[in-house]
Amino acid sequence: MASAGSSSGGGAEATVTGIAWDELRAIVVAEHVRAAGSRDAVAGVAPQMVAEPADETQLAATLRWANDVGAAVVPRGGGSKTGWGNPPSRVDLILSTARLNAIVEHAWADLTVVVQAGARVGEVQRELAKHGQHIAVDPLWPERATIGGILSTNDSGTLRLRFGALRDLIIGVTLALPDGTLARSGGKVVKNVAGYDLPKLATGALGTLGVITQAAFRLHPLPAAGNGKTLTFRAGSVEEANRLIMEFQSSALAHTGLEARMRHDAQAEVDIRFEGTAAGVEAQCSMARKIAATAVEAGNSAEVWQAREDLWTQAGAAALMKFSVLPTRIAAACEAVRRTADKAGAKWRIVAQGTGLGWLRLEGARPEETRGGVMALRAEFEREAGSLFVAQIPAGSGAIDAWGSPGDAFPLMLRVKQQFDPRGTLNPGRFVGGI
Amino acid sequence: MDARILQEFRSITGERGMITSAEQLHTYECDGLTNFRVMPEAVLLPETAEQVQAIVRVCHRERIPFVARGSGTGLSGGALPVENGIVISTARMNRIVEVDVPNARVVVEPGVINLDVTGRVAQQGFFYAPDPSSQSVCSIGGNVAENSGGAHCLKYGFTTTHVLGIEVVLPDGSLVHLGGKTLDAPGYDLPGVFVGSEGTLGVTTKVILRIVKRPECIQTLLAAFGTTGEAGAAVSGIIAAGMVPAAIEMMDNLSIQAAEAAVHAHYPDCGGLLLVELDGPTAEVDALMEKVNEICNGCGATEIRVAQSEAERAVFWKGRKAAFAAVGRISPNYIVQDGVIPRTALGRVMTEIERLSAAAGIKVANVFHAGDGNLHPLVLYDRRIAGQEHAAEELAMRILELCIEAGGSITGEHGVGEEKKLMMGKMYSEPDLETMQLVRCAFDPLQLSNPSKVFPRPRLCGEKPGKYEPHPLEIAGIAERF
Repeated sequence: MASAGSSSGGGAEATVTGIAWDELRAIVVAEHVRAAGSRDAVAGVAPQMVAEPADETQLAATLRWANDVGAAVVPRGGGSKTGWGNPPSRVDLILSTARLNAIVEHAWADLTVVVQAGARVGEVQRELAKHGQHIAVDPLWPERATIGGILSTNDSGTLRLRFGALRDLIIGVTLALPDGTLARSGGKVVKNVAGYDLPKLATGALGTLGVITQAAFRLHPLPAAGNGKTLTFRAGSVEEANRLIMEFQSSALAHTGLEARMRHDAQAEVDIRFEGTAAGVEAQCSMARKIAATAVEAGNSAEVWQAREDLWTQAGAAALMKFSVLPTRIAAACEAVRRTADKAGAKWRIVAQGTGLGWLRLEGARPEETRGGVMALRAEFEREAGSLFVAQIPAGSGAIDAWGSPGDAFPLMLRVKQQFDPRGTLNPGRFVGGI
Repeated sequence: MDARILQEFRSITGERGMITSAEQLHTYECDGLTNFRVMPEAVLLPETAEQVQAIVRVCHRERIPFVARGSGTGLSGGALPVENGIVISTARMNRIVEVDVPNARVVVEPGVINLDVTGRVAQQGFFYAPDPSSQSVCSIGGNVAENSGGAHCLKYGFTTTHVLGIEVVLPDGSLVHLGGKTLDAPGYDLPGVFVGSEGTLGVTTKVILRIVKRPECIQTLLAAFGTTGEAGAAVSGIIAAGMVPAAIEMMDNLSIQAAEAAVHAHYPDCGGLLLVELDGPTAEVDALMEKVNEICNGCGATEIRVAQSEAERAVFWKGRKAAFAAVGRISPNYIVQDGVIPRTALGRVMTEIERLSAAAGIKVANVFHAGDGNLHPLVLYDRRIAGQEHAAEELAMRILELCIEAGGSITGEHGVGEEKKLMMGKMYSEPDLETMQLVRCAFDPLQLSNPSKVFPRPRLCGEKPGKYEPHPLEIAGIAERF
């Protein structure tokens, strides 16, 4: 899998000496420090070492050591999205949270959980399910992705429409800062406004401010087994699909998922999901059918909610992007993609949520057309208050900034970075505007 | 304050937009927390973001501290003026700038009243979800500063859930846009940090809000119990049954008496009263309401009523919403507290509050957002009796310590402000607080925006461990993009 932008090969210079590495081996037991291999490369940039500290104290000490000797650190959870973001300007050490994988406290009667950053999402959800609960997110690759990883990359999924994004579900965080400080913010109660909301600052920061070592979440009850139903409607056009989404959104339905699946060679389809009591789900299904009276009902398989993940699993070199537009502009976004794809001779597929967030797979574009096409798309989205994040691009397409414009708040973001990571130790060059 | 500077302020806002007479300044010497008072040097009432910028630039140049103020209903002293500083009132910035119903977005100026947002979109079947009890008078700018909640945040979330973007004048006078109309704007979640920062990071001049579709059906149940313990057991039962009601509120006997005396909500005279509100599709609500009924009966409810009309529902809520003010009917003075505990600690903490209350000889009435463990103990006292005010303040702080010990928080929705800043050191360690201050130093290195609030002591922003040195490649990257 190639990542966004080709590496300009940053950090091969040996900034870290053998003596310094020996210090690291003393902090983290030697057997948990190893030389990096080719699979540890970050967006084409090779690190020297990989360390797996045993706990947050070791992790913080490792970070402090790196900060002191000037080693660049890329934090890593399950490694499923390591390629997201720009290639690092340099990387010496991969700091893995693999051994910080415990569920610290599941207070099921309080609907909260405290969990270490390296715990796999799937494992956590299975544990919570024993009490009929879950963190109401359905991120990509839950069996590989970790809690720290989904937080840092802000990957929520289809449930976001009803239950909010990770930023709305996280209630507490412990961060290891480059100077070795372990700082806690928030707590383990759902409602709490004491002090600044650092859990939200850490969410989506791609590990550029600190390393998340632990997080607390509010939980939601899982729907009773069997009481979920998905309806799929075939729309005549992308405009029709968009119209259907808007009608569902402005109705009294309490759906927990709503997406449009659109592609170059097939009719658009709209999926809607209901969960709750048997009576409630049945009533909502008939209400939805009335609203969608002009569309053809085309199935009711829950597998459609895998559509976003399917964009990634198909073979072939492709660009994968996340876009954000106003919900009324989903069809317009789709038309823009169609124009871009036609011009570049590419096939395309889109999975767009009712929230206006969508994922796009652009496949088989002529390499020389890819970069220009993506930049034009981004410009078009940004003109209408939207954005385009490039998660993956085929090799040979040229360098493309993964993020797009952070707007006039960028100088402020830079100052935040300078305060938390004055020496640029964490994920240098990977985030917006070169942060 | 220097007459030359006052003249400069006057030239920005005009004569009508500035208050300097001692008589008029008295209105601004405190907010909803009246036992702290400071006279500001001047109150400025700008009408535009440009005027706010101009005012803040003068403050920055002259190192004058400023405090932004919405409607002044805050309960923690967040809008308390600071010595030798000015107050920037957003009262005249009260326009609803844009209403986009299909996308469920409303853009407002900070002085817009919370309930007016709902008023503007109600006809189209939408509402603005955060509903602090003061919602008919409090401003959106104040809600943003405090991250206001309300009874329905159990299901709908807090102000921060419903703010997508904010236009802010930073303490150096620059104007920036945090977040935006679409989700996941590139970069750090600065709206997430700004909301709830209690005016310490800058002045809000515009807010992009998310509005919510009104549910098909809303049902409210009132259940009377012998004790708050029994009522608490019913709450646990509801949560354990896998329900997320729109609201679960609890009142104890003293607060019921107060509410009855004030607004005649016809509450049953009981030891613990529950209000449970469910909303959603009718079939769903009907099915769940039956379950709630069963659970309440099972927990020993002595009386259960379900509101049969919108009017009856309003009466159910009237007593609860009026509870704080109503306590004035049974006590000359009172302190409202705002602790949070894990819900399951409710019984234990209640018993301890009763014990402390008896020991201090000071009555405590209790109103809770029971679903999320947010307690509002009302500590009742009489200022005219020597020593009572002090004893009441001590008891209030002791209750917050109980909340911390139970693994909770010193504030769920009222903010730390002036009142609870010393408690921050009990809830967080020194490194925790130092780390929060990093945010402060990025936004407001000179500490001009509502200084001396929230944190136990200021931090000097000069004391940086080292200078940030971007790698040449990063600079090249920036150069390519901008």
